Amino acid sequence: MGLNRHHFFWLTLLGITLMLSSFSFQLYKAFDARWIIRFPKKYELPTEKWISAFLDWLVDSANFYFFTFRDITRAIASLIEWPYQFLRNLLIEGFQSGLGDQAVQYAPSLSWVAVITVVVAISYYASDWRLGTLTCACFAYLAVFGQWQSAMVTLASVLIAVPIGALGGLFLGIIAYKSRIVENCLRPILDLMQTVPVFAYLVPVLILFGFGPVAALVATVIYAMPPMVRVTIVALKTVPEEIKEAGKMVGCTDRQMMWKVLVPSASSSLMVGVNQVIMLTLNMVIIASMIGAGGLGFDVLASLRRLDIGGGIEAGLAIVVMAIALDRISQAFSVRTIKEPYNGNYIQRHPWISTSFAVIVGTLILGIFIPSVQAYPKEFTITTGPFWSDAMEYINVNFFDAFEAIKVFFLQSLLLPVKKFFVGIPWAWGIMATGLFAWKLAGWRMGIIAFLLMSFIAASGLWSKAMVTIYLCGVSVFIATIIGIPLGIWAAERQGAGRVILGLMDTLQTLPSFVYLIPVVMLFRVGDFSAMIAVVLYALAPAVRYAAFGLKEVPEHLVEAARMAGCTPIQLLLRVKLPLATPQLLLGLNQTIMLALSMLVITALVGTRDLGQEVYIALTKANAGQGIVAGFCVAFIAIIADRVVNASADKQKKRLGL
Amino acid sequence: MTVNVLLDCKNIWKLYGAKANSILDTHVNPDINTLKAEGIIGAVRAVNVQIMQGEIFVIMGLSGSGKSTLVRCLSRLVEPTTGSIKFDGVDLLKATDSELIEIRRKKMGMVFQQFALLPHLTTIENVAFPLDVQGVKKDVREARALDVIELVGLKGRENYYPRQLSGGQQQRVGIARSLVVEPDLWFLDEPFSALDPLIRREMQDEFIRLQNLLKKTIVFITHDFDEAIRLADRIAVMKDGEIEQIADPEQLVLNPATDYVAEFTRHVSRAKVIKAATIMSPIKKDHFGGEVAHDATIEEIADQVEGSKLPHKVMRDGQVIGQIDSSAVVNILVGRD
Repeated sequence: MGLNRHHFFWLTLLGITLMLSSFSFQLYKAFDARWIIRFPKKYELPTEKWISAFLDWLVDSANFYFFTFRDITRAIASLIEWPYQFLRNLLIEGFQSGLGDQAVQYAPSLSWVAVITVVVAISYYASDWRLGTLTCACFAYLAVFGQWQSAMVTLASVLIAVPIGALGGLFLGIIAYKSRIVENCLRPILDLMQTVPVFAYLVPVLILFGFGPVAALVATVIYAMPPMVRVTIVALKTVPEEIKEAGKMVGCTDRQMMWKVLVPSASSSLMVGVNQVIMLTLNMVIIASMIGAGGLGFDVLASLRRLDIGGGIEAGLAIVVMAIALDRISQAFSVRTIKEPYNGNYIQRHPWISTSFAVIVGTLILGIFIPSVQAYPKEFTITTGPFWSDAMEYINVNFFDAFEAIKVFFLQSLLLPVKKFFVGIPWAWGIMATGLFAWKLAGWRMGIIAFLLMSFIAASGLWSKAMVTIYLCGVSVFIATIIGIPLGIWAAERQGAGRVILGLMDTLQTLPSFVYLIPVVMLFRVGDFSAMIAVVLYALAPAVRYAAFGLKEVPEHLVEAARMAGCTPIQLLLRVKLPLATPQLLLGLNQTIMLALSMLVITALVGTRDLGQEVYIALTKANAGQGIVAGFCVAFIAIIADRVVNASADKQKKRLGL
Repeated sequence: MTVNVLLDCKNIWKLYGAKANSILDTHVNPDINTLKAEGIIGAVRAVNVQIMQGEIFVIMGLSGSGKSTLVRCLSRLVEPTTGSIKFDGVDLLKATDSELIEIRRKKMGMVFQQFALLPHLTTIENVAFPLDVQGVKKDVREARALDVIELVGLKGRENYYPRQLSGGQQQRVGIARSLVVEPDLWFLDEPFSALDPLIRREMQDEFIRLQNLLKKTIVFITHDFDEAIRLADRIAVMKDGEIEQIADPEQLVLNPATDYVAEFTRHVSRAKVIKAATIMSPIKKDHFGGEVAHDATIEEIADQVEGSKLPHKVMRDGQVIGQIDSSAVVNILVGRD
């Protein structure tokens, strides 16, 4: 195979980039042209200031004739505040009237026994005893390990955010399904909402709603809703055409069609969306506590700031445990098989509602006389904090050199050279190269879009930070891919290994992104290497899953044909299965990149110097404009990567006739 | 005996493509090549059909022939590009949305190839669904649904969900659902194509049994010529969106209008379609071995006629209209002209 036109294009592009990257500093010295390596300050766009000024105007003086913008945010706030406070009373504080010392409690909160009973009842209703036992163990863990109070605060906000996110997403999805125009308008907004890092809109939310649980809930809903919208649109569109026709032929009105035919037929797909909303809500728990969410997230954040290793791990594990319980329950609902109804009177027909009600009332009365029924007794709580602290200390004392050696090796042989390459690229050529890259892989239209988006980044004065982001993301994605694809192959080829590996990946995906930072920081302290490890761990799952899925999807008759042609297992894998799985591998790569970028922003907390850091600094300074501009830059990188990789996947699919 | 036309369709076209709406203004009866040159797909072209009260009208064609699109035009699930459809005297294409809903609720029923049952409803809820949509009270509609379920032979499975039923049983639910409102016009879109051959045969028998009870007006779509011959009063053969020929099964076999139809009918066992009256001869003798009905197929009377040395009388309305002997039957059976 000789060099063809395509190889020539890529080699030239890489060659020029390498040259310019290595000698950009010399060029700058030779021509005494500082603009080569830095975008000229006086041409920078003042987008930051515009956005900040706009927000100020919105909050201070925006007026819609009858009411001000402030009134709107206050109305939203009170709409959320009421049910949230009710749940807090129900789960934690109890109901009381009066304030301060005069407060009279007339009903206590639900006892811990009652909460666990309700959770188990729901689990059993959704699935079977196995799930009931699992969720019982999860919630019992929260009580026994002394996380109950915080966990209930978190649960209260989850119970508010999830219905708002799910129902809001459902309604937006329905509107988009009905109107093509709405769908076309919504798509870029959803793209942005899913790619702009959370930190970036924390500040505007903070400015509009003030510090506190309401702001945290608003940010959570913004973060958790987009997938529900997408899932709803797809779910409604994939209801079989014949079912829609059947609905029309029996004479359904539009409303009957939606609520009696489409939504119920799509319900199991819709539950997948609800599951996503729940997982994203839990993912936000720690981040939302930066703007006042409280609960477990706040405990993790506070421990991290105190460098209290044990406390951080304890609270982090509590979030994980809760995530697992809620994830499994919502997944069970999406595959739930309807059971035979019970016969008899109301109590007999609804054994779980009756039992829950009985336990709630029973523990309410018992709790007056026996306090440990109401609240789990403190003297029986177990704390694992010191254990984790000791374990970390032991590892750090005994294996410090080994960890340090690994870190130095990776830094010197991989991270630093790549960083030098990316940071060295002069901005003007970088814009050109990205444009050409996108043009070659995804067509001239994407080429122009990529060119413009990269120009925006340069013009915002964030070029070098963006390059650090691209370098860290690139290296992490590279490592995640070379670990993930072999794992995926292994999982697809060996059934036993597959169950373990894919199960592990499922669990990894249920962990809130923040949790990854805790052990990494403990072992490797701050810096690019720690960030990379956290990103790799977080972004590994899609690489593995898509590889396994792609290999399993290879049609059986092709495998048999290859075997009958005398392929060895290795030939079968390399010549038949992998080539046919490339579209799936590329989709996996796409997901890996998206997750890596979202995690990168969070790793700003462990001291990277990229766009994420810029967003994080903006958050600490409450500078809305700065945060949003940097956030947009991250989103733009994500969008370019997403479109280019997807276009290649489509091209592969077409080429293979899939 | 006058027969009412229940559904009268004139010059129906359904075209897809960018210029689909304007082509008929500039061309009269464009043929398939003209359409192709303009980038238009002609799914249904210049179709005229009249469906008579109480008949089984089968639309037969291979996949892509436009039969499914045509039946969807007739029920206005698909809006025809042009044409007129009169249903029971009402212009269907001019009906407003609410009028259309009313017509579908009360006068039409449809059975689908993939059954199209609602997965979240039980058998009885699925069957009662059309009544639920009309706002009929629960006990009334479930009582009515139970009757129909019994009619299609699914008694005892009222509380099963679709996925707990076999394909044949699911289609029985689909049939029951389409019958629950006692429609005047019954569409069946390849109702048995998704079933195994043995089950298909059984369901055809079931269908014939139901029709003998109910006497509905039926538009039945199929790609299976044997099925068409077995069930139809009249058959329309479709190709490339056009109707090649409309005739009863016997005429279709004996006088195919085009080569395409002839190709289909060539391998059909003629004994199954040719009727006694067609091959009878004038009465010559006065000794007869027995009598046969004029509309009985040769297959049905073969054993009887062949077993006797004497010819049989052919009867219509109590009158002898001719005679038939064993050599005529044998000629048909062995395919001699």
